[in-house]
Amino acid sequence: MKRDLARKLAILSDAAKYDASCASSGGERRDSKDGKGLGSAGGTGICHAYAPDGRCISLLKILMTNFCIFDCAYCVNRASSRVERARFSVEEVVTLTIEFYRRNYIEGLFLSSGIIRSPDETMGDMVRIARTLRERENFRGYIHLKTIPDAAPELIEQAGLYADRLSINVELPTEAGLSRLAPEKSALGIRKAMADVRLKREAAREPSFRGRRPSRFAPAGQSTQMIVGADGADDAAILGNASTLYANYGLSRVYYSAFSPIPDASKALPLVRPPLLREHRLYQADWLLRFYGFAVDEIAQGGMLDLEVDPKLAWALAHRAAFPVDVNRASREMLLRVPGFGTKTVGRILAARAHGAVRYEHLPAMGAVLKHARPFIVAPGWRPQGLDDASLRARFVAPPEQLSLF
Amino acid sequence: MPEVVLPRLGTVAAWRTEARRLARAGIPAEAVVWRIGAGEPDLFASEPARASAPPREIRLPREAVEVIETALCHADPERFARSYALLLRLADGSVRWGDRSDPALRRLLAQEKTVRREIHKMHAFVRFRELPATGTRRTFAAWFEPDHPVEEAAAPFFTRRFGDMDWAIVTPEVTSRFVNGTLEHVLTEDRTPPPPDGTEDLWRTYYANIFNPARLMVKAMQSEMPKRYWKNLPEAGLIPDLIRGAAGRAAAMQAAAPTEPPARTAAMARRREAAAEGSARRAGAGEPAALPQAKAEAEACRRCGLWAHATQVVFGEGPPRARMMMVGEQPGDREDLAGRPFVGPAGQLLDEEATAAGLDRSTLYVTNAVKHFKFSPRGKRRIHQKPDAGEVTACRWWLDLERDLVRPRLIVAMGATALASLTGTGAGILRRRGTVERLEDGTPVFVTVHPSYILRLPDAAAQTEERRRFRADLAAAHALLGTLD
Repeated sequence: MKRDLARKLAILSDAAKYDASCASSGGERRDSKDGKGLGSAGGTGICHAYAPDGRCISLLKILMTNFCIFDCAYCVNRASSRVERARFSVEEVVTLTIEFYRRNYIEGLFLSSGIIRSPDETMGDMVRIARTLRERENFRGYIHLKTIPDAAPELIEQAGLYADRLSINVELPTEAGLSRLAPEKSALGIRKAMADVRLKREAAREPSFRGRRPSRFAPAGQSTQMIVGADGADDAAILGNASTLYANYGLSRVYYSAFSPIPDASKALPLVRPPLLREHRLYQADWLLRFYGFAVDEIAQGGMLDLEVDPKLAWALAHRAAFPVDVNRASREMLLRVPGFGTKTVGRILAARAHGAVRYEHLPAMGAVLKHARPFIVAPGWRPQGLDDASLRARFVAPPEQLSLF
Repeated sequence: MPEVVLPRLGTVAAWRTEARRLARAGIPAEAVVWRIGAGEPDLFASEPARASAPPREIRLPREAVEVIETALCHADPERFARSYALLLRLADGSVRWGDRSDPALRRLLAQEKTVRREIHKMHAFVRFRELPATGTRRTFAAWFEPDHPVEEAAAPFFTRRFGDMDWAIVTPEVTSRFVNGTLEHVLTEDRTPPPPDGTEDLWRTYYANIFNPARLMVKAMQSEMPKRYWKNLPEAGLIPDLIRGAAGRAAAMQAAAPTEPPARTAAMARRREAAAEGSARRAGAGEPAALPQAKAEAEACRRCGLWAHATQVVFGEGPPRARMMMVGEQPGDREDLAGRPFVGPAGQLLDEEATAAGLDRSTLYVTNAVKHFKFSPRGKRRIHQKPDAGEVTACRWWLDLERDLVRPRLIVAMGATALASLTGTGAGILRRRGTVERLEDGTPVFVTVHPSYILRLPDAAAQTEERRRFRADLAAAHALLGTLD
């Protein structure tokens, strides 16, 4: 029986690794100080381990089953794939979660599943797992459930009560890509599901007419994932879609997942090297959109992000007339556009300005990366040079480097 | 030179007591030597120091106290003296809290950051192993080797997280024990790590399988999980083999012959395309027989570009033979999410005023001139944008269809967009308001403003007045409806 569980765990974690999310932060604060339960949540998340792919391991990320009636070309678990199949029982998932958690291996559970015959049956089992963890095991750690499109609304309702986060993947940045590569999935169905979660979350935030706060729904919000490089969508399309998703459904995060080789590929979608650098640039651009006041058409002007320099530097190099920026006089909005200045650095600069001039040599202590910022700023102790040089860009582009395999 | 000896356990609290006392006595920083050792927390080992600074009570911002106390968990032996010196300077105002241009303050902040990271890594990398239980609570123990003396600062996290079990975290110097809900720290005597735990095999299975060999990024792993932690992590022993095998596994995946998708996949894709084309064609030509069918077909509408960013089409709603049809501009944020017309703030206003005017919403057919929400994204919000003439024209096909199917006796046009869609022009809405116009087929159209216009008025008095006029309009429309058979 023990060996059987290990085999299932191997199959169903291997099947789950293409989901990028492992966030376990935010949401409702809980702990088990009362001695009657297990777990805590709601602070900053913790990454308990890192795999050699550089990704953090924060949650027990598994599929309930990798049997699936859908045939999405990019997916290792598609119906036509020859991978070995398995299915966990409710008890097995509960036991693994609790035993891993007690040993401080994980922050909680991220449970997803292939679609078996009926969406309600699949979602029902997932909800049962979450409920058993919460009600029988008094588990107060983090639970992230992937919702199954077309599952009954009552099941989604319950999922949101037991889980900290709900997610549903849009999978591909364009509807055309989705209908070509994931013919059984419906973009409309996915959007409606996200709209529904947003409405439920907002309803759960408002005090009801009796003045009682209704139970909280998915307190850590909802997120989604887009596969990058499986269809022809360019970065502008991907980021445009992401900013629409943030605005439409109040998402906590959009994850970008470079299309990665899978053990049994489909002829409909030949394997490529995963575009990891492109994925990295998309995350940087996503941050610029959310925290730095950039708009999509500013950073993805040519359709694709620059792979050689980060998107903020690329913007600065293309808009040199806006620089140099006077560190002591510029607005917050403009300071945020300086390469090498992060949101914390800008906050510190603004706070320090209230007490006197900020000098160039003070900037590193405030977190600024002068290697990037230097040509774009003016401060006492510093006059930039070469802002108009054609060779400025070349100073930032790393020389081609042989990748080593450790 | 007077020496202050601080205990290994409770160091921070002891330092605080001593520092406060020294400051009150006016002892300058350079006149004290600090060290950790055995003994009572408040030992002035040798002769008392001579006061040469003004005696003072220390008052610091709460944040400063927290940062100093955290930084005191750094392994740097000079930390006590430096913190005391900084404390005096902060108190006499020669350095401002938050001034990162001051080297001493900067060093304190850097050390505090190191300590916070070490605490965080301890929270992450402690690995409990189960021991035989002695009572009803399960018992676990862990061996951990921190680089800085953070044991006492890191322990409360574990009490919050593992409240229903007994546990011990043993480091080379300090043992933190949590038994029946009580935490205590003692100096470590037994440095034997607990025996391995059967669950570690399952954990290693998970670790090996969650790793994606096609994305090997060893540097990223090591910057977050430095090698010095590996010896106490059960999974770390797998790392070298996983790295060695990765390139081969990724290459094998590339080389393996891809599987032909099953024939049914292609068949399904064809069916979907045919269905989409069919509905697009019908949306252009033939007419669906009934409202539910029209609504279903509108879901696939691509007559303009608005579908791409909206959630869904928001079709009209109401009895299929309603006598009165109300037409607004376009769905808003709420309507787009819910898929139903007039359920947001404007809908609420409409409901209230319609009821006040004697109209029952459930007898009305309520719809919009444009069926998708047009907006521009701003962070997590959507800013309403007015549909342009092309979009209104494209969507008129659906409005005409609704009119044909419902055949209302009276149409109420709310706002310029609805009016433009129905009559061809929305110009002069405020002049035309309250009047009745006739469509080509003779259907009367009663003109009024859009409820959102009222909600956007900045002045409360103007809003009240406009609501009253809107209600009067609806009452007039209601009365007019009574005269039509």
